[in-house]
Amino acid sequence: MKNAVGRDIPEFLLKDGKEVYQGKNYMDGKFIKKASPTTRRYEKPQESKIVGTIADALKLCGAKSGMTFSFHHHLRDGDYVVNMVMKAAIEELGLEDMTIAATSLGAAHDPIAEYIEQGKVVGIQTSGIRGRMGEVVSAGKLKTPAVIRSHGGRPRAIEAGEVHIDIAFIAAPTSDCVGNCRGIGGKSDCGSMGYAMTDARYADRVVVVTDCLVDFPNMPASIEAIDVDAVVVTDSIGDPKKIASAAARISQNPRDLMMAEDVAKVIASTPYFRDGFSFQTGVGGPSLAANLFLEKFMDEKGIKMGWSIGGICGPMVELLKKGKVGKIIDVQDFDLDAVRSINRTPGHYEMSASQYADPANKGAFVNKLDFVVLAALEIDTDFNVNVLTGSDGVLRGAPGGHPDTAAGSKCCVIVTPLIRGRMATVCEHVVTVTTPGDCVDVLVTDYGIAVNPLRPDLIECLDRAGIKHVPIEELKEKAYSIVGRPDELQWEDRVVAVLEARDGTILDVVRKIKPYTAD
Amino acid sequence: MRIERPAVAGTLESSDAMVTVEPGEGLSLELASSVMNTYGRQIKETVLETLKRLGVEDCFISVVDKGALDCTIKARVECAVFRSCGLSEKDIPWGGEVR
Repeated sequence: MKNAVGRDIPEFLLKDGKEVYQGKNYMDGKFIKKASPTTRRYEKPQESKIVGTIADALKLCGAKSGMTFSFHHHLRDGDYVVNMVMKAAIEELGLEDMTIAATSLGAAHDPIAEYIEQGKVVGIQTSGIRGRMGEVVSAGKLKTPAVIRSHGGRPRAIEAGEVHIDIAFIAAPTSDCVGNCRGIGGKSDCGSMGYAMTDARYADRVVVVTDCLVDFPNMPASIEAIDVDAVVVTDSIGDPKKIASAAARISQNPRDLMMAEDVAKVIASTPYFRDGFSFQTGVGGPSLAANLFLEKFMDEKGIKMGWSIGGICGPMVELLKKGKVGKIIDVQDFDLDAVRSINRTPGHYEMSASQYADPANKGAFVNKLDFVVLAALEIDTDFNVNVLTGSDGVLRGAPGGHPDTAAGSKCCVIVTPLIRGRMATVCEHVVTVTTPGDCVDVLVTDYGIAVNPLRPDLIECLDRAGIKHVPIEELKEKAYSIVGRPDELQWEDRVVAVLEARDGTILDVVRKIKPYTAD
Repeated sequence: MRIERPAVAGTLESSDAMVTVEPGEGLSLELASSVMNTYGRQIKETVLETLKRLGVEDCFISVVDKGALDCTIKARVECAVFRSCGLSEKDIPWGGEVR
């Protein structure tokens, strides 16, 4: 059945009430019955929950074949915990038919590809999927289609009981002996632990894995002992060098800076650019550089930013310290400046993924957002964005908070170069729709700006400010005139991944790619 | 033109292509590309057209493409062919066989 972004969704996926994507805010006003976990009572006073090894923790929690284990990705490319736990489960306990439900997976998790090929891991639910794992899943080696969700879609699915977590694993930079965890104070600090919070509350069992045991009570705790069954102390939960980069640097690339300046101009031309406005930006080259130019416009107009959310890095913390932004509410930290600042700099707070972006709760931050500046792998003439699949159709990205912030914000700006190598970023049809075009408002490229015709009000703003813009078709033709018109990708029938919209409807599917011959 | 000895042009940098030609019988093309699924056919066409324009009939040619534009691919093929028969030093027929 065709959905609202023109994608054909196979009928076999439309069961148990699953629907195809119907457009923005379709689920608004509907009700959900929240799932509840079955948890063990710890009534008898307990000195400590520390067990010897991951395998001991798995046994204590009654780990069985066919279970769903959950993980969070604050340790990013430095994470050791996913591999450690899956190795113990599969190689020591001999478990099979496992499903991994992670907030995201990345380059650190290449070893899991092996378990997929062996048929031991049969399900993947995640935001990001890359590297070897992306390749084996794209090759159709995972038994069931991978389910890809945004950062807001995941807590929604957990709360609605669409994902039932048997055991959640918390990678904790510090923990006390009963499982109060924090993201700071240890040797593998990650700052915010926001993505793990829903998991800890909705999983039947929760295991904390830490490499820094601290005195009880570890306060204020990001994950609380009231939700934790066991604590495992290991030598190392991750590689600190890959958890947080030293400092997210603002790009010096003149093309990035040019686009960033245009982004700031667009923002400053709208009525939402007023004292107390709210803002989120990614950490990609031009997105991050937009901070710099925005500050100039803020000074000129004599206004301050009210608050900022998202994945946070140094330049935003800098603005907070300078008093140019009132508050930062933080779900994940990208660099050491942000890690060192959270819960320490006054006004820098931690939030859960649900609080950040969940479309089914009663007050996610994204819904109060004025502006978001985001990147894209591809954007098509209907303003649909792809941040998941490469131009070869292989899984190598993550929707992350992209669809959530785009949908919630009043003005969503996509900033991307027109072409990357021989790939046209602005194209006729994106490979996979990860953010629907009805949520995207303005596109800024190095060859020009385009405004979504769904937003005549913004077109007027740009015109009034004298900012030149063109129809998006013109940008697409410009791109094709440089790189040539690409051949259509050839797919097999087999669905290898299902892309859920943030509201739980089906936005797109990724199929197995056909081997290519130039003849 | 006749391929007299093996010759290389280009690099493996992003947006470039490395082209190697060797003496051979008939045309044989080996192509690897980072944009194979979307541009493989067009790259093959460009390479064969360029060889035809240069009058190369016997040649083994290998192209390792890293997302180069058509103009780059043409230039790399032309350069490799001219190097292979010692014609890249001087008197390059700009606007003639090379365009």
